[in-house]
Amino acid sequence: MSARDRVRVSVARASWWGDPRLRGVLIQVLLAAAVVGLVGWLAANAADNLARGSIATGFGFLSRPANFEIGECLIPCSAADSYARAFLVGLLNTLKVGAAGLVLATVLGTLIGIARLSSNWLVSRLAMVYVEAVRNVPLLLQLFLWYAVITEALPGPRQALAPLPGVFLSNRGMMLPVPVSDPAWLAAGGALVAAVVAVAAMRCWKARPFPLPWFAATGLVVGAPALAWLVLGAPAALDIPHLAGFNFRGGVTLSPELLALLLGLVIYTGAFIAEIVRSGILAVDRGQTEAARALGLSSGLILRLVVLPQALRLIVPPLTSQYLNLLKNSSLAVAIGYPDVVSVLDTAINQTGQAIEGVTLIMGVFLVISLSLSALMNWYNARIRLR
Amino acid sequence: MKRGLMVAAVAVLTLAVTVGPARAGTTFDAVKARGFIQCGTNVGLAGFSSPDSSGRWTGLDVDICRAVAAAMFGDAEKVKYTPLSTQQRFTALQSGEVDLLSRNTTWTLTRDTANGLHFAPATFYDGQGFMVAKKLGLKSARELDGATICVQTGTTTELNLADYFRSHKMTFQPVVIEALSEVNHAFFSGRCDVLTSDTSQLASIRAADAPNPEDYVILPELISKEPLAPAVRHGDDQWFDLVRWVVFATLEAEEKGITSKTVDAALTSSDPAVQRLLGVQPGMGQAVGVGDKWVYNIVKQVGNYGEIFQRNVGKDSPLKLERGFNALWTQGGLMYSPPFR
Repeated sequence: MSARDRVRVSVARASWWGDPRLRGVLIQVLLAAAVVGLVGWLAANAADNLARGSIATGFGFLSRPANFEIGECLIPCSAADSYARAFLVGLLNTLKVGAAGLVLATVLGTLIGIARLSSNWLVSRLAMVYVEAVRNVPLLLQLFLWYAVITEALPGPRQALAPLPGVFLSNRGMMLPVPVSDPAWLAAGGALVAAVVAVAAMRCWKARPFPLPWFAATGLVVGAPALAWLVLGAPAALDIPHLAGFNFRGGVTLSPELLALLLGLVIYTGAFIAEIVRSGILAVDRGQTEAARALGLSSGLILRLVVLPQALRLIVPPLTSQYLNLLKNSSLAVAIGYPDVVSVLDTAINQTGQAIEGVTLIMGVFLVISLSLSALMNWYNARIRLR
Repeated sequence: MKRGLMVAAVAVLTLAVTVGPARAGTTFDAVKARGFIQCGTNVGLAGFSSPDSSGRWTGLDVDICRAVAAAMFGDAEKVKYTPLSTQQRFTALQSGEVDLLSRNTTWTLTRDTANGLHFAPATFYDGQGFMVAKKLGLKSARELDGATICVQTGTTTELNLADYFRSHKMTFQPVVIEALSEVNHAFFSGRCDVLTSDTSQLASIRAADAPNPEDYVILPELISKEPLAPAVRHGDDQWFDLVRWVVFATLEAEEKGITSKTVDAALTSSDPAVQRLLGVQPGMGQAVGVGDKWVYNIVKQVGNYGEIFQRNVGKDSPLKLERGFNALWTQGGLMYSPPFR
């Protein structure tokens, strides 16, 4: 082979392999094939092994009666219900603690974040100690701590503390009085939702902003439900918790498990949110604050009208990931006995022995919740960005 | 805890990646080649499986693992233990992480069939009961309407509890926690009025974990049948046979009056049944695939069933349980071995 031939061969090779586009396509195809192959091999193997061990498979178990009781139900539940309903009960419990946790953690985090920037030495140092202490201790330990505090430090139901009339605090949880159920309360709830939707719609009406001053909006949101309640007879009877047998009956109970989980999640995530809020505020140029002060705005107004709206754009993306963390961390509930979706499905896995199906359901649930929340936050982020 | 779920996930993955030829003797041969038994036990239940002060695993369930090792290898110490939670135990066995599950596990139809397990004969006949604080002054489980009840997740206990309260038209508030230590903690701190589990387990918890064991009573009602039995996975009849007959051997030895102290003398016995059992007349060991000295090794190193019982949960232990159902059939109990011939 002459020198020239060799050059020609290497050029021919280079022309094929040297093309980054072709090479990229080839690598991607190979990778995709490998992934599909691996997943297929795993699935076939699992099916084969399950069949050989004659282990039951499929989601048929969901329609069978679950036969176990769940401690807290947002919808009526009993041991006679199906696994599917038990799953739904667990899912609602997860959503309940998730929703309450998101709101409370955001409020706490924002307050602490602002407190860390306070010019008051004591306030800012206290906020710093809180953030550093809470952020650096594993959440699971914090949950055990809160659970132990509630169950060990609080008295039994017979010696319950009564911080407010009708409110009892014991190692069985917090018992609160609730209004006796009445159509008027249902109507008031409906009116509240309608009022909030109406205000939001008027605010968002881009084409012709509807003149809606804040006092009118507040009036609508408060007034509409009050009016509905008054018109339907203003029922004021309360269902007050009282001791009967082993425990309190009546009213509504926030269980120690729920309280411990909520406290743990809110305090832990709040610390991270505080840092995000602080960094967001600090990232707003000092000149903005100085200019606002030069215009004669008070410091409260500067925060509300100038700093926060700009900081929000920086806060929302990392905040989204903290929200997702909070939701996923709620699955630690199983350690302290709160019946969230993981806990319920864990039980189902044990009773049916169908681990693959159960784990798939758990993953599916968290994927759907996380992606939905993520989509919502991305939409919000897009709405507030600079245009 | 999270670990439970992690292990479940890992086990699912193990199920997915394990490729094994489907033939009898898979587990048996693998264990033999490996030289030790991987035994799934409880994470810590006094009397059944718990590490002692020097870190050695002891207990009735542990002794079953040791007896199988004594039969197979002639050495009861050839066992490695995998402590498993209620959550992890079945997937650990199904996926091959352990060869034998000897972990106070109730033998039920579903587990024996749909979960892909085989149960050896029960090593402890138990029933579910309730433990309450003595100061409540309760006399019967029928007085528990409205009580808050602590229960460990993933057990037959959870199901029996719901059944019992439903059939007696009573209500209860369950507090379901995965880790046994956390369940006990919740009960002793007063979070629950009642702790429910198998009565042997309640006795164990009361003896080992209660701040003051005298303050707690176990109510008289047994609300379920809980035959606790060792389990192996489907797919290896030879291994199942060995485990099953090791359990029978401990019973048969007790029935013949052979203990770890008298076993050497019994070798010279003129009773043909004893001769067959101890391998003086060959044949029995070969049938289960091990050496003819297998029962001799079990009894010599681990003891007969009576010795195992008394040492771990009976009169020589802090639990002080009566033999009850667990006496030999000749003494009015349920423990019965088919003939060794």
